[in-house]
Amino acid sequence: MFQSIGVKPLTPDPVLQVEDLSIRFQTGRGTVQAVSGVSLAIAPGETLGLVGESGCGKSTLGRAIVRLIEPAGGRIHLAGQDITHVPRHRLRTARRKVQMVFQDPFASLDPRWTVGELIAEPLHIHAVGTREERRARVRDLLHKVGLPQDAAERTPHQFSGGQRQRIGIARALALDPAVVVLDEPVSALDVSVQAQILNLLSDLQEALGVAFLFISHDLSVVEYVSDRVAVMYLGRIVELADRETLFRAPAHPYTRALLDAVPRTDGGPHRAAPLAGDLPSPYAPPPGCAFHTRCPMAVAACRTDRPQLRAVGPGHSAACHLAME
Amino acid sequence: MSEPVLAVENLSIAFASGRTTRRAVHDLSFAVDRGETLAIVGESGCGKSITALSLLGLVPPPGRIDGGRVRLEGRDLAALSEAELRKVRGARIAMIFQEPMTALNPVLTIGEQIMEAILEHERVGRAAARDRAIALLERVHIPDARRRFSDFPHRLSGGMRQRVMIAMALALSPAVLVADEPTTALDVTIQAQILDLMDELKRESGTAVVLITHDLGVVAQHADRVLVMYAGRKVEERATADLFARPLHPYTRGLIAARPRLGSGRFGRQRLVEIPGTVPSLSGRPSGCAFAPRCALAEVACTVAVPPLVAAGGGSVACLRSGDVHVPEHRREALDA
Repeated sequence: MFQSIGVKPLTPDPVLQVEDLSIRFQTGRGTVQAVSGVSLAIAPGETLGLVGESGCGKSTLGRAIVRLIEPAGGRIHLAGQDITHVPRHRLRTARRKVQMVFQDPFASLDPRWTVGELIAEPLHIHAVGTREERRARVRDLLHKVGLPQDAAERTPHQFSGGQRQRIGIARALALDPAVVVLDEPVSALDVSVQAQILNLLSDLQEALGVAFLFISHDLSVVEYVSDRVAVMYLGRIVELADRETLFRAPAHPYTRALLDAVPRTDGGPHRAAPLAGDLPSPYAPPPGCAFHTRCPMAVAACRTDRPQLRAVGPGHSAACHLAME
Repeated sequence: MSEPVLAVENLSIAFASGRTTRRAVHDLSFAVDRGETLAIVGESGCGKSITALSLLGLVPPPGRIDGGRVRLEGRDLAALSEAELRKVRGARIAMIFQEPMTALNPVLTIGEQIMEAILEHERVGRAAARDRAIALLERVHIPDARRRFSDFPHRLSGGMRQRVMIAMALALSPAVLVADEPTTALDVTIQAQILDLMDELKRESGTAVVLITHDLGVVAQHADRVLVMYAGRKVEERATADLFARPLHPYTRGLIAARPRLGSGRFGRQRLVEIPGTVPSLSGRPSGCAFAPRCALAEVACTVAVPPLVAAGGGSVACLRSGDVHVPEHRREALDA
């Protein structure tokens, strides 16, 4: 992936395509529209970065793509197959092709299992290979993610955070997926270890040709790993562009504000005043453009008419009335 | 020269478990002046948070200070009784935490909590304390402060809660504010608001700030000086601009180079510079320089004895090879430009 630079035309054969996806939650406080009308596509071997602040729906979208959450509307196509409503008992085949890596992969796993058992579990579930073949596959995966062979016999708590994330990645790769959804995979790691995992992910992508949906709140990391980037705000994509364009010539005022707010170590341009105000409640999103309550440029139309995501340049779209081509 | 507001001298903090005692902080010294922000940076387990707690006399058992001292406005904290210490806390030195919900009382309104802090330390009437609490909420830019006074903490966003914590910390005009990862749990646009607020209040009041963080970007933009800790020891201390222009410790250099740089915008990508291995655990710290096992420049001498802190680059560094630490490549470009 690190050779692919510049504007990538939307591939005619995306490995993952999401169309007009909506996700709602019923909670004690009412209904939350967590994701609204999101469409995106990822080409084989590509990394799409997905950024936004807490509550923007980026993790919910990631979970829906691996079918951990049922969408309220829209479609998800994986390698040409519509997996939106594949019944659960037939979902396994589809799930082989899309896997997920979490911020802390062991928060929800049995700590008594050995690393070898954890990595082999997806192979078991899908009845892949003989016992010996599975064992060989675990050895191969440990090697690929840079862990010693004896790691297979140990339990996860014997490993550091960075090593645990390597185990999580090995598990996600066990079934040779076409797409891996990575949800904040380096956010819990120390800076010195983050670099190890980011380099590992780029090596694996180059070797295996797997596509990544890389979800993160960290713009520096997203810029580093992504071919293209989507920015979400309150459940919607507000801007989508190739990496260079998004970071050098963002069209949406929210994207500009996000970039401006990142504290820099390189004495880069001093930032403008930060955005005023808080994120609006997702229970009662503002009418019109959801960003208008914090937008320094908002005009009357922004308070009443919701801007559609529209092309503002080649491979570049933004949902802003004021964005110019 | 006037005395620093806060001076830490040869501080050591140990944790005892069973018959073994492990030292989390070794022989740490630093000082902070009025109106100055000193950042303490390092990764998990480097001792920065326990150092922060020690500044308020709050080291939790089984931890204890087993060497050195903390002097606040000239007074040795260890010489104070628990009652005297309680008076100092809040009034002369205050602290804000990463997650304000852990420090706020969920069953009291935010206004009552600020009033309580004032009434605890000063002989003022309730009405006067209430007016001051509202003024403080306004000072930290909480909109509609008079109405917000009666809100419970859970009604507020993370950013607003951190503003309340800051209001409470500043209620008694302390000489020193200790902020332990104050924006780590916040979104980036809210983080910018809170850091700007802290800078503004520091300028107005002259409070000295000790900022504990792992985020070098925050350090670069908000600290006057930086102290880098690794495995319980200070490895480098410099003026912020000097540290980023020319780090002298290989660990500092590694931390700067390991982060992807926003807006690098170059054609083609390079691998990030990794620091191999992981931070040593409290029980597994090597003899000699604790960073040596991960350091590309390490030589035999580095593993024999802990390198002493020596004056260098307008500050100090603890590295035998600091003369061979090179400027990170992207910094060099910035300097050439």
